[in-house]
Amino acid sequence: MKTVRCSIIGFGAIGQGVAEVLLMKREYLESIGLDVRVVAVVDSKGATVNPDGVDLADCLARKREKGTVALEKLTGLEVIKSVEHELVIETTPTNIKTGGAGLQNMLAAFEMGRDVVTSNKGPLAMKYRELVETAKAAGCRFRFEATVGGSMPVINLVNEVLAGNNVRSIKGILNGTCNYILSRMIEEKASYSDILAESMELGIAETDPSYDVEGIDTACKLVILANAIFGLDATYRDVGVTGITKITPEALDMAYKNGHVIKLIGEVSRDRIHVAPRLVPINHPLAVGGTLNVASVDTELAGEITVTGKGAGSIETASAILSDLVAIYRDC
Amino acid sequence: MRVSMDIELKDVPGQMLLALQPLSECRANLITVLHHHQKRTPRNTVPVQLVLEIRPESIEAIKAKLEENGIRVVRVGEHRFRESINVVLIGHVVHTGIQDTIDEIDKTGFAEVVDISLSMPGIDLLSSALIKIDAVGKEDMQKALNILKEVSAKKDLLMVLPIDVQA
Repeated sequence: MKTVRCSIIGFGAIGQGVAEVLLMKREYLESIGLDVRVVAVVDSKGATVNPDGVDLADCLARKREKGTVALEKLTGLEVIKSVEHELVIETTPTNIKTGGAGLQNMLAAFEMGRDVVTSNKGPLAMKYRELVETAKAAGCRFRFEATVGGSMPVINLVNEVLAGNNVRSIKGILNGTCNYILSRMIEEKASYSDILAESMELGIAETDPSYDVEGIDTACKLVILANAIFGLDATYRDVGVTGITKITPEALDMAYKNGHVIKLIGEVSRDRIHVAPRLVPINHPLAVGGTLNVASVDTELAGEITVTGKGAGSIETASAILSDLVAIYRDC
Repeated sequence: MRVSMDIELKDVPGQMLLALQPLSECRANLITVLHHHQKRTPRNTVPVQLVLEIRPESIEAIKAKLEENGIRVVRVGEHRFRESINVVLIGHVVHTGIQDTIDEIDKTGFAEVVDISLSMPGIDLLSSALIKIDAVGKEDMQKALNILKEVSAKKDLLMVLPIDVQA
């Protein structure tokens, strides 16, 4: 049995999802020879640390009751630097302007020789090259499937399952909030602002929805794909971005009568990174509804491969984090 | 150039070969053949519709050779436009001069706006239009879309393109 000591830095919806999934999957992990022991859990107010392993069920209960997991006044960065462990699971809120605390956490983890698995897009969209090179120089493993498409496999699908294929392009719906809004506008023939309000009420859209509806979130995911799959050194500034705020119910209706839906489509290839609303034929593989995400990978040998799945949700995103964790430690 | 051609064959064996030989000799590329064997013309001949890809200068030669073979050529029509797409425009489509938007495409000579649906829900609300553009070929369509893109940017219109078109 190999012991993997890890920290969960960031204990919001996704961090808690990771804790739940680790509890759920303890037997499975043991069956493949892994004893995954969480030695620290950190949220914005502080940390719980136990070098022998914290009680995750306790952490989840404390978070639910008190709004924080904190028993000690320690930050994520302090935990990464002072607590011995192999893997940092970085799930702090994303910041696409500076990379935020996530960037500092990841760099510090590599500096301490720790592997990193993350769902945090901001640092990767801003400083991909620096992060990957730092990890490499330190001999650390760095995986981030959960940053693009939530549970839907894209990065590992292309780099591992489809290894050897040249990828010509990836097109898809990478933001569930926009997909929900556009799908509901067609169903209800309602205005953008009405459906946006509904989405906020249901918790599908954030209180400040601009990050989603202006296409910024999709753009960040494309940047990660451009770097991780096409080997580019792209940042958010290289993306042409148009969001969905101007889409009218009348436009959706006319398009629908003409056999099309309008979807916010992200598109990445070696020479182009682009986000814009596009007309998609109703029977096209990318015309999925609700909050679903979908990606179509155009490959040289395998042709077109399309995957679809839940792009958000704590357990779904934790599924991608778990698969990254297993991929790092299963065979080593 | 793409050309449609309606011909009539006598209802005896070997006629189709006589119809196709001249096409092959003139290096025409046969795109579709519709052989209406159940329909008869008043002359008791079988109507056949062809769509061909040919050089314009070959049309007359093909007609002459078909007629030499005893095949009646009823109609020859040019299919000028081979590309067709729909584009959605959202914004103050009408107030910024929709005629001018259409003219910018039409005056190219290689592309035309052939259909338009328009919705103006209210004075202060954004209008939406679905326009259909035909163009001679793929490159011409791309040029037409580039023009439309410039016009849309100038008029602050959101242009929604089909997914399979280079944006």
